[in-house]
Amino acid sequence: MAITFTLNGGAQTVDVNPQTPLLWVLRDTIGLTGTKFGCGMALCGACTVHLNGNPIRSCSTPVSSVAGKTITTVEGLSADTTHPVQQAWIEEDVPQCGYCQSGQLMAAASLLAKKPQPTDADIDEALRGNICRCGTYTQIRKAIHRAAEIKAAEIKAGKGGRA
Amino acid sequence: MSGLQLNRRDLLRSGAGLMLGFFLPDSRDLLAQQARGQGPIHPNAYIRIASDDSVTLIITKAEMGQGTMTSLSQLLADELDCDWKNVKTEFAPVNPALYGNQGVYGSQSIRTTWFPLRQAGANARAMLLETAAQQWKADKTALRTDAGFVVNPATGAKLSYGSLAEAASKVAVPAAAPLKNPKDFRYIGKSMKRLDTKSKVNGTAKFGLDTRLPGMVYAVIARCPVFGGKVASFDDSKAKAVPGVKKIIQVPSGVAVVAENTWAAMQGRNALLVKYDEGPVAQYSSADIRKMFAEYAEKPGAVAKKAGDADKALASAAKKIEAVYEAPYLSHAPMEPMNCTAVVNSDSCEIWAPTQMQSGGRSTAAQITGLPADSVKLHSTFMGGGFGRRGGTDYISEAVEVAKAMAGTPVKLTWTREDDMQHDLYRPASYVKFAGAVDAQGWPVALTAKVACPSFFGGGRGGAVDSTAVEGIHTLEYTIPNVFVDWRKADPGIPTTFWRAVGYTQNTFFAECFLDELAALGGKDPLEVRRRLLGNSPRLMAVMNKAAESAGWGKAPAGHHQGIAVVNNIGSYTAIVAEVSVTKGAMKLHRVVCAVDCGHIVNPAIIQQQIESGIVYGLSAALKGAITINKGRVEQGNFDRYDVTRINEVPKIDVHIVETDNNPGGIGEASGPAIAPAVANAIFAATGKRLRKMPMKPEDIA
Repeated sequence: MAITFTLNGGAQTVDVNPQTPLLWVLRDTIGLTGTKFGCGMALCGACTVHLNGNPIRSCSTPVSSVAGKTITTVEGLSADTTHPVQQAWIEEDVPQCGYCQSGQLMAAASLLAKKPQPTDADIDEALRGNICRCGTYTQIRKAIHRAAEIKAAEIKAGKGGRA
Repeated sequence: MSGLQLNRRDLLRSGAGLMLGFFLPDSRDLLAQQARGQGPIHPNAYIRIASDDSVTLIITKAEMGQGTMTSLSQLLADELDCDWKNVKTEFAPVNPALYGNQGVYGSQSIRTTWFPLRQAGANARAMLLETAAQQWKADKTALRTDAGFVVNPATGAKLSYGSLAEAASKVAVPAAAPLKNPKDFRYIGKSMKRLDTKSKVNGTAKFGLDTRLPGMVYAVIARCPVFGGKVASFDDSKAKAVPGVKKIIQVPSGVAVVAENTWAAMQGRNALLVKYDEGPVAQYSSADIRKMFAEYAEKPGAVAKKAGDADKALASAAKKIEAVYEAPYLSHAPMEPMNCTAVVNSDSCEIWAPTQMQSGGRSTAAQITGLPADSVKLHSTFMGGGFGRRGGTDYISEAVEVAKAMAGTPVKLTWTREDDMQHDLYRPASYVKFAGAVDAQGWPVALTAKVACPSFFGGGRGGAVDSTAVEGIHTLEYTIPNVFVDWRKADPGIPTTFWRAVGYTQNTFFAECFLDELAALGGKDPLEVRRRLLGNSPRLMAVMNKAAESAGWGKAPAGHHQGIAVVNNIGSYTAIVAEVSVTKGAMKLHRVVCAVDCGHIVNPAIIQQQIESGIVYGLSAALKGAITINKGRVEQGNFDRYDVTRINEVPKIDVHIVETDNNPGGIGEASGPAIAPAVANAIFAATGKRLRKMPMKPEDIA
């Protein structure tokens, strides 16, 4: 069945079993492998993408349910790795193995869109569903605070407004 | 071959650039040389300098988050004296002739490359100097290098490495060019930014599971849920009818479903009807295993350590205690489940594997395909965590088996999280019966430990001691005069393997908590007792004092309580102070202070990362993780029943690096062992309750 949605700013049509989780459509059918498979049950957050700007677990989201909607993956955060969360993650050298970081970045970007100056408690609440087995959590916290500064500076300079 | 002789050189042209390469001796020779004190070298270096001045460093230690891509580059780049901005990296192919045995385990990456990679860099630099001296007809000893240039201070002339590389590749390789004085290090000891970060924040980093090949098909395998069980029969009629399913193949480990995408393969597997012969492990559940361990603990064991006469000392001591400590099986649960992509042709095999065991992976594939090893090409991908799990090659075997049946078609085998958790090779469960005594002044005088557990790696045959089963107990550096440690192999047949920090993951918890029990028995402060007993271990004493001082030992805020633990493993020394409060039965971990001496420092930021990483990984084991068995099957399948440390549970962590002038120790496994006993000892300080079993659950603390 053909399903059409907006993916990272462009129109995307796929012809797959409508029950297929969005994760596998992104990875296997479309070839965007930045979004990761971790648990398949919405328990770890590695597969987090944005649906109309909100974080969702793509491993547990049938592709049929995103028809006509807007999906953003880590590849769509920016064209040149300059989204504030990406800049901050680079400054703080957050990733170790890196496997969970796409999901962490998407969760962080979504948090900042809603709360431009999050507290540690806000961060804990928003990211407690994103597991990192390498234990980069303290770096993630630091990087989110740094991303908030970068984003605020961008808005002040008149170039803000990204996802 | 002796000393630092680098007597062969490979010149390999690739594209427009020139490869300035070194052939270094086989690692076994090198280890033997090291043992004889004849100078350490390891064969894992290649440096390629192109005419555009780019410097490609070949990384032979696979990257699973521990930072090898960056830290190994620092070793090479520093002695080469190239410009960090021009550094590029490639993962090495598997090549035993060039690199010896390739794998990443035992926190050995820096320890085994500290001299040889620096030597490779220094030799390359010497060859560039020699070449410039020839071109300038100058005295080479008067020349210098500076960030990718050879400089003649007398004339001010400069030549870039790229312009010299081709000619330099023709001069003789020096036996052992002098290494830098550490005070002149340009990159070593500095927090150079990780070279893999950018690709890991924009989705371009390629992990094993991200492998995509033209015409590739996707596979999952149905395996017997009971360890050691076999497929008796199967009915695939419904599975074949699932849209997208292409083929069903029986393989040694089960029944593979091959499909046009991963999801279809999983759906096909759900529709498969398989009957298994479960085999003898089906008789065991966790309670039976515990009973087995407890019975074994009463039997004679293989002696791991004997000092003085512990029985006699116990019999005549002023005060004594006994205690049983226990730990469960654990899964590694790396974020990237096991997977491997393979294509098998009649005369070749190619594998893309997130593996800690490059050499073993290649030989496994050679064995299965019957091809000579040279015809098997293994591509190292990034690993989404390893922690010891990826030292196994079971998932590589499976992918090659399926690919062999799909001759010529690339196959990506994916393990689901449930596959990963229920078919792991586990950290062994363990059971230790301690006895200990203090003298009339309250100082420990005797300690005995009867250890009952499986081996981590199938060791302990013929009555021998598997040292990994007792490490952390028989390795204690405390000067207790009477010590006896023995081990009996109690193995119900649950598959096991190394798990980040191996035997120390359980034994350091056991031993450091029991030492606290002895301190309490003697009415002493736990730090005071350790200070008294560590007189022969200055490095451990130093990190312990550093951690205690930084944590404000004995001066915790009102309502907070501290616990301390130390460990010496992987050539490093680590101490942790944990600060907790227990309010109405609920424990909160407020702060962790860790001091580590890993000798010379290569990258302080990566050391900090690894210390925090080990603590967070260790906290999962301390407070949450347990794999339990029901009739030979693992009861946990996903993170709902095997939860791990989350961001909201991470305390403030202070890391203090105590640099010493010793050769580097390891770091990846340094901090994990001491966190659980530090927390347990802090909980005792808060509640007076001894928690002798991991994980320490809220209901045990309350």
